[in-house]
Amino acid sequence: MGNEFLNRVGIPRLIISLFLAFLVAAAFSFGLPMGQIFSAMLTRFGMNALLVLAMIPTIQAGAGPNFGLPFGIICGLIGATLAIEMDLRGFTALFFAIGVSIPLGAFAGWLYGLLLNRVKGQEMTVGTYMGFSIVSLMCIFWLMAPYSSPEMIWPYGGDGLRVTVVLDGRMEQLLDRFLSFTIYGMDVPTGLLLVTALSCFLLWLFLRTRTGLAMSIVGSNPRFAEASGLSVNKYRMIASILSCAMGAAGIVIYSQSYGFIQLYQAPLYMALYSVSAILIGGASLQRATITQALIGTFLFNGLLVIALPVANVALNSDISEIMRVIISNGIILYALSRKEVGGDAR
Amino acid sequence: MRHVQKNIVPIVFIILCSVGFYYSGLSWMFFANDLVTRLARNSFLVISLIIPVLAGMGLNFGIVLGAMAGQFAAFITVVYNMTGLAGFLMACVISIPFAILFGWLTGILFNKAKGKEMITGLILGFFANGLYQLVCLIFIGWIIPISNKALLLPSGVGFVNTLDLKIWQYAIDKFYVFKLKGITIPGLKYLNNINFPVLTLLIIALLCAGVYLLFKTKLGQDFRAVGQNRHIAKIAGIKVDRVRIIAVIFSTVLAAWGQLIFLQNIGNVQVYGSHVQVGTFAVAALLIGGASVSRATIGQALLGTVLFHALFIVSPLAGKNIMGSAQVGEYFRVFIAYGVIGIALALHAWQRLAKKKNE
Repeated sequence: MGNEFLNRVGIPRLIISLFLAFLVAAAFSFGLPMGQIFSAMLTRFGMNALLVLAMIPTIQAGAGPNFGLPFGIICGLIGATLAIEMDLRGFTALFFAIGVSIPLGAFAGWLYGLLLNRVKGQEMTVGTYMGFSIVSLMCIFWLMAPYSSPEMIWPYGGDGLRVTVVLDGRMEQLLDRFLSFTIYGMDVPTGLLLVTALSCFLLWLFLRTRTGLAMSIVGSNPRFAEASGLSVNKYRMIASILSCAMGAAGIVIYSQSYGFIQLYQAPLYMALYSVSAILIGGASLQRATITQALIGTFLFNGLLVIALPVANVALNSDISEIMRVIISNGIILYALSRKEVGGDAR
Repeated sequence: MRHVQKNIVPIVFIILCSVGFYYSGLSWMFFANDLVTRLARNSFLVISLIIPVLAGMGLNFGIVLGAMAGQFAAFITVVYNMTGLAGFLMACVISIPFAILFGWLTGILFNKAKGKEMITGLILGFFANGLYQLVCLIFIGWIIPISNKALLLPSGVGFVNTLDLKIWQYAIDKFYVFKLKGITIPGLKYLNNINFPVLTLLIIALLCAGVYLLFKTKLGQDFRAVGQNRHIAKIAGIKVDRVRIIAVIFSTVLAAWGQLIFLQNIGNVQVYGSHVQVGTFAVAALLIGGASVSRATIGQALLGTVLFHALFIVSPLAGKNIMGSAQVGEYFRVFIAYGVIGIALALHAWQRLAKKKNE
């Protein structure tokens, strides 16, 4: 009985949940402003949810978590910077950014999919390094691209775009503030949560269409899928396109909530954080559900939000960044070192 | 023609470096001196990658842990103020137990993730870096007492960002410096006025000979056998898991020494940064030399180190002169490092898939 429970919840998920509960209790007993902490948790959850959901298509299609997420993220950053370059404001800017990002992200996902289909079995390693290289290649782009908006280029000469672009007055926290209300001192970012819910619903719908179901079959048993006439490569390609497009839209939503667009090296490790979030939620390298993505996003980001003030009081030092590195990479190592179960036929 | 095809990667980089050198406008003497320094400083780290490659574990991104072991040893010599050549050698000795422990743990993990060693090693490097920061930033001065407060941050907890290693800087590099002068023979006159750190180069030569000889021994043959086919090796009575762990331990210890050689040349240690890129840069150098995920030689390691660092020297200035910005060159070389690894890994996976299909 005990074992069955452990298996169902998963040891990492259990440990992280207990740790989070412990930190919440600690924060409470230190008399920290819980309202603020909880609203920060909700915001961080909404900020990251779409980036984590983007892991689901590739995992389901058997290509593993999408370590090549930077391909999509880069496109989102292009969309967002273009919106400012064209001097758009408010929801126009946001919708424009997302509208540009998604097709660009889909195109990048198509290119990435071509690569993925040639490196079956090594998607994670290849994806990681291809992601790293595209981020560093784009560093040159940010430096050379002919942007001219004074909000984005350096004020006193200097090459290229700034490292962080402030979104103040453009689309800063637009979704967060949409219909937002305060309850028990906790600000609820209603718009952000609604967008998250909408994304989940759309993904849920997609996974239940013929294409979505076929994609999952391709992932769980490629031989069987091939035998029943499904083209494995085609569905892996769809997954890659979908994942990168979601990553592109995801980073726009992330940026508007954060209030800054982070360029240059910033997207380097973003894929890793999304991968670890979904793994914390209980997903494996072969199977993932929307619920797991949401739980994982909440646990991972909740932990990071609350660790900072608690560690400041208890240890008088900033341990949260270190903890983020240890937890996120530790969970990926755990997943990598587990014996693969299920019908991987490669 | 087949020769060209086989060595296409180094050839492309020789061309790239030549073009870069031309546009950088650097003098030959400056360039060559810098290159020799960098060769002496980095080749040990690159060679440390060879054993795991031949043992079939791919490129060991886990050498970051070896570099950490080296740095822990360096910290200890700084705290106890061990100076000069003796201090440096002491650091090498102290690093061994750390490196063996780290290598052993890495090996166990790699055995649990067979076939995924590279991504595991990469993530392990990040993970270990988190633990390393926990030790250096939080535990030092709090759980681990340090008497010399000058090494700590103002709060008394955690190492400062940069620790000075003047106590054994150039311990082996300046032990004996050889410099040619007044040579007039046409092809050889380019060697004039270049400083050769003889002892360092000698140590590297010894290491090369050592690795070469290792593969003549029974253990070396076991590495190869495991690398070619784990199942056949197992049937032949080789303890595969044990051999793989030994290969990683070798690699980690060598990386620790490599990092110490690197640090004695630089003369300080960026406590939170010196080790981070070690794996990526060493792997990129090895691949640029023409190695692949399953095949690497000492010659490729040395050639790769020369080419990779030649690119490092010329790219900022070349970037400035061609594109009008030194930053472009900086980003370009980072892109090259990542891109080369990405492409090499992709080609390897692709070829393996194609081979599987043909069978």
